[in-house]
Amino acid sequence: MSDELLGIADRVVAMTKPGEQLEAVVVRGTDTEIRVYGGEVESLSSAQSQGIGIRVIVDGRQGFAYAGSLDESVLAETLAEARDNAGFASFDQFAGLATPDGVAVPVLDLYRDELESFAPADKVAMAAEIERVVLSADPRISGIESAEYADSLSQAAIATSTGIRTVGRETSCYVATYAMASEGDDTQTGFGFSVGRQPSDLDPARAANQAAERATRMLGAVQPSSGRFTVVFDPWVTAQFLGILGQTFDGDAVLKGRSLFAERLGESVASTIVTLVDDPTDVRSVTATDADGEGLAARRNVLIENGVVKQFIHNAYTARRAGTVSTGNAVRGFKSTPSVGCMSVSLVPGVTDPAALIAGISDGVLVQEVSGLHSGVNPVSGDFSTGAEGLRIRNGQLAEPLREFTIASTLQKMLLDVQAIGNDLEFLPMNASGVSLVVSDLTISGS
Amino acid sequence: MIDQDVLERVLGAAMRTGGEFAEVFAEDKRNSSAVLDDGRVEELTSGRDRGAGIRVVVGDTTGFAHTADLTEAGLLAAAEAAAAAARGGGGGANVVALNQQSASRGYEILMQPGDVPKARKVELLTRANDIARSSGNAISQVSVVYSDGRRRILVANSDGLLVEDDTTRTFFAVSCVATGDTGMQTGRQSIGHTVGFELFDMYDVDQLARDAAERAIVKLAARPAPSGQMPVVIGSGGGGVLFHEACGHGLEADLVSKGASVFGGRVGQQVASRGVTVVDDGTMAREWGNLAIDDEGAPAQRNVLIEDGVLTDYMWDQLRARKEGRSSSGNGRRQSYQHLPMVRMTNTYLLAGEEDPESIIASTPKGVYVKHLGGGQVNTATGDFVFGMTEAYLIEDGEITEPLREGNLIGNGPEVLQRIDALGNDFAMGPPGTCGKDGQGVPVGDGVPTLRVSSLTIGGTAA
Repeated sequence: MSDELLGIADRVVAMTKPGEQLEAVVVRGTDTEIRVYGGEVESLSSAQSQGIGIRVIVDGRQGFAYAGSLDESVLAETLAEARDNAGFASFDQFAGLATPDGVAVPVLDLYRDELESFAPADKVAMAAEIERVVLSADPRISGIESAEYADSLSQAAIATSTGIRTVGRETSCYVATYAMASEGDDTQTGFGFSVGRQPSDLDPARAANQAAERATRMLGAVQPSSGRFTVVFDPWVTAQFLGILGQTFDGDAVLKGRSLFAERLGESVASTIVTLVDDPTDVRSVTATDADGEGLAARRNVLIENGVVKQFIHNAYTARRAGTVSTGNAVRGFKSTPSVGCMSVSLVPGVTDPAALIAGISDGVLVQEVSGLHSGVNPVSGDFSTGAEGLRIRNGQLAEPLREFTIASTLQKMLLDVQAIGNDLEFLPMNASGVSLVVSDLTISGS
Repeated sequence: MIDQDVLERVLGAAMRTGGEFAEVFAEDKRNSSAVLDDGRVEELTSGRDRGAGIRVVVGDTTGFAHTADLTEAGLLAAAEAAAAAARGGGGGANVVALNQQSASRGYEILMQPGDVPKARKVELLTRANDIARSSGNAISQVSVVYSDGRRRILVANSDGLLVEDDTTRTFFAVSCVATGDTGMQTGRQSIGHTVGFELFDMYDVDQLARDAAERAIVKLAARPAPSGQMPVVIGSGGGGVLFHEACGHGLEADLVSKGASVFGGRVGQQVASRGVTVVDDGTMAREWGNLAIDDEGAPAQRNVLIEDGVLTDYMWDQLRARKEGRSSSGNGRRQSYQHLPMVRMTNTYLLAGEEDPESIIASTPKGVYVKHLGGGQVNTATGDFVFGMTEAYLIEDGEITEPLREGNLIGNGPEVLQRIDALGNDFAMGPPGTCGKDGQGVPVGDGVPTLRVSSLTIGGTAA
């Protein structure tokens, strides 16, 4: 099937005119999503989608167009539109496509045939099981907001007039649920999920119990009083924080003066126990990939090592402009040109288990959920403020649940305030992995 | 987009396995955008998406499939897939006769962006960039985005409805970075309306660029926001997202029916301070959330959700309304033909009160004045919500004083609605927004007059 996509990309590239660089990205995916409610299928969506993105560079000017179709007539129209668009861009001496860089595309086990043959009825059963386990987990569980199973089979081909020809395909699936727990007038919610590349990787019961526990342990939550505390981020929260931190290493942001670490290469910006790595070649990560959005090999990049900024990440354009080489971090869908981004970022885990981390804190807060990261965290200034919920830690024990408070600091200060990293590395349905993280001196704002 | 007899045959096929309701939603969307960053017009992008989503409802089950193939064969294949996913007990042929209806939004698009030369769009980018950069030496980076989209939709369903709509939206935003001794700060201004290129007759791009630059520069001198609870005054037009999060999502019937809203079972009750009237209105001409019909073919409506503090109704899509034996409120929306519709807001706003906005600030001894809110997020089951402040100041002794750094505010919807203790007479709509729910984004508008919440928790770091 990938050969068919590469064939389409090749046909478009064959239309390259003299003096022109041309890139075609062709994708096709099959997605299934099943939601169960009250023991019945609430919705079952299943569909195939496809699309093409065409980038043209002529005389240092770039143009782009896309279409959600692979019809022959659409290909010609899309190419014409991309060419026309190129005429309106500013001249940029660094404009250009990726060229083969000699780094071999790694062979990763990202596609599992098992998913292709997994019957719809079995998918429904898995979503139904997660609902059933949530509802029977605790008498205080009052219902679910959602219980779902989803999977995706996707393939992509990239070809360019500069000699790139890459194909890839991958499978992924997950189950997820939002549980509700009630006691008197009080209702609380908890989220649980399980991700994998094939259905046998999934553990619906674990996801269900996680959601039920996270909801029930929040019952009776109160607003804390304001103060400065040592905070433990649970892996889910740490991953969301890392997703934002990763943006500050984006070579495009560095070149354009939008990264708070732009002038800090080689300097210490974090606690010495912090080593931050972007490694899309780790197949345990759902966002693992063999090639980046320009068809170059994906690779492991160390961003921070023992607290010191080691490197920024680049695509072909930002690398050329910065006088370096691409780190294989072009990220894109077929509807856009490549930007720069982390693909699978994580902290190198420590050796302490999360229970021991909590046992070592006399007075603190465990944060299990944050909200409003998109509105409360500014990766340019570093200002950090989010809504949060979690549990008080007293004398090394989890104590009363807390809600309706915020945690605030700056990204710069939080990195220096990292006190410990847990050993509980967890792969999540996003481009960052989680691990328990202890950060001191965060401001909690409550009553 | 698709012939009526083809639609009738496709709907008949969709109903063949015993469906109670079937629908074809077809969409043909063209987008174009242009981005200037770092002093260069980086690129122009054009996009085309075209396809149809077919759903079949049997009991509480919805089967859904979509296709980019709008031929009869492509549509029939999708209809069969959707019908297989929602198989009922019945069977046999089902004849659907469609009755074409017209949709009207009561105003015309004056200048289709597709007819405007690309050079004129590029000229806007460079002009905004030049103005923003000349607004202060501290401005170290500027990016400008222009985008337009034209979306034609067709809805046909087994109730016999056949209706089409053609919607055009145009958007423009300027983002600045200012650099000073205190580090970097950002300022952004955006405009967006359900109109064509006449957007630029409605607004002064120069002023927009100056305002974005000014916002970034002002924040260089900002001090950390306070922590703890205090009165918060929200500026006119700057903070409709407060109501979008505090009560809007909680009034969506799909969440209410699952017991996932703190507003469930509270129709007829006093849920907000007297004087508070909250409306969701898809008919507001030219606003970002404007619709002629929703994505299920129902005409857009003006729906009063809270009237003088009393909860009057929830928002409904067709699925939920059918179950309750009532009609849709025109709130069934979807991101694209590849998505199922669900209950969504359109333009959500709070009606003006009678107070002079200056006197609201003057009567606040100590608090925070939020001129512009950022995005927000809510847990509808608990009612706890956050929203960001992108431009805020301290209020000391009844006067607006120092600027504050960014941060979130947190509150509980039902509590905050009861704590609104002042409403200004200066209603204005705010900048365009994108509302996300279950992974689908749709354009929404919001608006408020100047108002005061007697106590909210400010997520800063200062004591």
